[in-house]
Amino acid sequence: MTATSPRPAKTEKARRVGRDTAHSGIRESAASRTIAMAVMIVATLYFLTPIWWLLVASSKTRSDFTTTAPLWFADFALFDNIAALFDYRNAVFLRWLGNSALYAGVGALLATIIAAMAGYAIAKYSFRGRELLFNIILGGVLVPATALALPLFLLFSQVGATNTIWAVFLPSLVSPFGVYLSRIYAAASVPDEIVEAARIDGAGEVRTFFTVATRLMAPALVTIFLFQFVAIWNNFFLPLIMLRDESLFPVTLGLYVWNTQVSQIPDIRALVIVGSLLSIIPLILTFLGLQRFWQSGLASGGLK
Amino acid sequence: MAITTVARAGAMAALAALALTACSTGGTDAPGAAGGDCAPSDGPVELTFTSWLPGIDEAVAIWNDENPDVQVTVQTGPNGNGGTYQNFFNQLEAGNAPDLGQIEFDALPNFRVQDGLENIAACEGIVEAESQFVDWTWSQVTFGEEDAVYAIPQDTGPMALFYRADLFEAAGIEIPETWEDYRAAAAQIREEGGYINNFSQSDINAFAGLVWQTGGEWFTNDGDAWEVSLTGDESLQVAEYWQGMIEDDLVAKYPPWTDEWNAAYNSSEIWTWLSAVWGANTILSGAPDTAGNWAVAPMPQWEAGESAAGNWGGSTTAVLKGSDHPYEAAQFALWLNTDADALTAMNRTAQIYPATVEGADLPVFSEGVEFYGGQKIYEVFAAAGAEVDPDFTWGPTMTQVYNDVADGFSGALSGSGTLMDALESGQASTISALEAASIPVKE
Repeated sequence: MTATSPRPAKTEKARRVGRDTAHSGIRESAASRTIAMAVMIVATLYFLTPIWWLLVASSKTRSDFTTTAPLWFADFALFDNIAALFDYRNAVFLRWLGNSALYAGVGALLATIIAAMAGYAIAKYSFRGRELLFNIILGGVLVPATALALPLFLLFSQVGATNTIWAVFLPSLVSPFGVYLSRIYAAASVPDEIVEAARIDGAGEVRTFFTVATRLMAPALVTIFLFQFVAIWNNFFLPLIMLRDESLFPVTLGLYVWNTQVSQIPDIRALVIVGSLLSIIPLILTFLGLQRFWQSGLASGGLK
Repeated sequence: MAITTVARAGAMAALAALALTACSTGGTDAPGAAGGDCAPSDGPVELTFTSWLPGIDEAVAIWNDENPDVQVTVQTGPNGNGGTYQNFFNQLEAGNAPDLGQIEFDALPNFRVQDGLENIAACEGIVEAESQFVDWTWSQVTFGEEDAVYAIPQDTGPMALFYRADLFEAAGIEIPETWEDYRAAAAQIREEGGYINNFSQSDINAFAGLVWQTGGEWFTNDGDAWEVSLTGDESLQVAEYWQGMIEDDLVAKYPPWTDEWNAAYNSSEIWTWLSAVWGANTILSGAPDTAGNWAVAPMPQWEAGESAAGNWGGSTTAVLKGSDHPYEAAQFALWLNTDADALTAMNRTAQIYPATVEGADLPVFSEGVEFYGGQKIYEVFAAAGAEVDPDFTWGPTMTQVYNDVADGFSGALSGSGTLMDALESGQASTISALEAASIPVKE
């Protein structure tokens, strides 16, 4: 960046920055800082504009929606829209939110525990075929969930378990990425000496894992939980294939189904929009609540 | 390791896809194979019915109240092309398809070719029901086969011309009765600063409706093989007409079903819409500021004095292959689509327009509609429905046809190629798609 800046600007900048050089360890030119800021501002706008649009659109009445400027408020009807959403078809939307919370919340929690146990075991115990096992699991990271949906459907059909909670819940418990991260993290953060000490103190293997290892692995576990929570919450294809009973739908599938009915009932569009707004709130809350852990988890896990 | 896992998953997916197409046949294998007998089951029966009509459970609840021994459970999902058809095929493959499913007219041949439908002709009262339905719908569910009925028509989409009565009057333009008039009106409207219509790059089934009106056929099936004629005379005639409109900048080119498209209607930029009966609600919700200013007229004709009409949309209730209770399922399908209470309920919750002759006389269709200046618009559509050509046949791969032709159409709108080119390449890709699915094609 500095190479392309005109000379006078550079010297003037150097003089100005010179005063507080003591505070800043790394020197950077005004130009590079401005450009970096500009890029970040553009990126921020790029990501936030759709959410802003969603918020504005959710707050409009049906007629204002098509007739007023899309990025600014008209008559504020957000709460009317939410009331209409909750009123439609006996509050089926709330049921979908509950289903999503169940699939994603409980699913991610169990998936995290399973992944942590598997990763810890692979990291801390030596047994025949350990690397082979780990590599197979690692291969699972590469298989997109969508590619597995149809085979899973045929498998669940064999046991007559399609269109049940289990059809969506059980596949959600598997997180190859979680096992991978757990292994890496356990190897780095759980010293063998501590495990030995726990054993000498008389703790069984299970107790050692739950009382000692999980504490040390906490940042990684939060990361796994968040990843898995988001993955399950946004998983759309599996429920689409598995579920036919409206009362089992997660919120993503429910909104999609409504959206395909727009040509039949144009009014439903308002419900899809306000429903989309409400459906991202749990994700935002989860992120805000856990992002501290995620940052440290990613940094330490990724750098190792 | 990673590679083998991926390969295995890929192989499974490929196998599943193969299995779905492997049962493809010529569409006429052993006519009446399942039509031999259709007897009632003993004891209470439970049926499952998958439909994406909003509020279909209200109509089904009426049936369940009246028929304690035949209880129907509603299952739902996205609209057909949005995923439910693919689900049906997966479920047929896995042997757990619902007893009954909603299938649109243009998807029915695909299910027939893949042997996904029960022939319910032998079930009591089904063949006799023919006279209750609007003419053209019945040939769609029999495919012209002897002793065969594969579904019960549910709703239709007879087409007409929605137009801005106020703008036409203010500009002193006559409501066009022929396509020639329509083009002349388009030029006048362009001088007023508006557009007569929006040419949709993606509603290929609406374009098919125009070809249908003209007497063209995109597909024919002689019992042995399919003939594809996207480039038939009538089809090219319609394409050339609209290509001329596009080249002379007489039509708008907004992507349909978007906010800008709604806004163009709402701001009076576009004056007419050639659409189906259900379009009445689309305008009502998309262009609220124009309330009271719309009216409906029959479609313009190629020759003055004719009354041909096209159709856009509509669906059926089919008994899917493998149902344990085809008799009860067929009775339910017939009741759902002919009973006045059921039709009224479906119209109230999903705004469907019935496929029965008597359905057009339901009270809800005999009233004037405020948004259309109090006009009794459904009379126009009822008259149009009776004029729809019964010989039009959909092909077995309509999703592919729509996608391929839409690609060409959006090219034509942006100036690369013409609508005729789009149909030419659609013709070629459709033939190869049929051949790839081992469906016999006549060259």
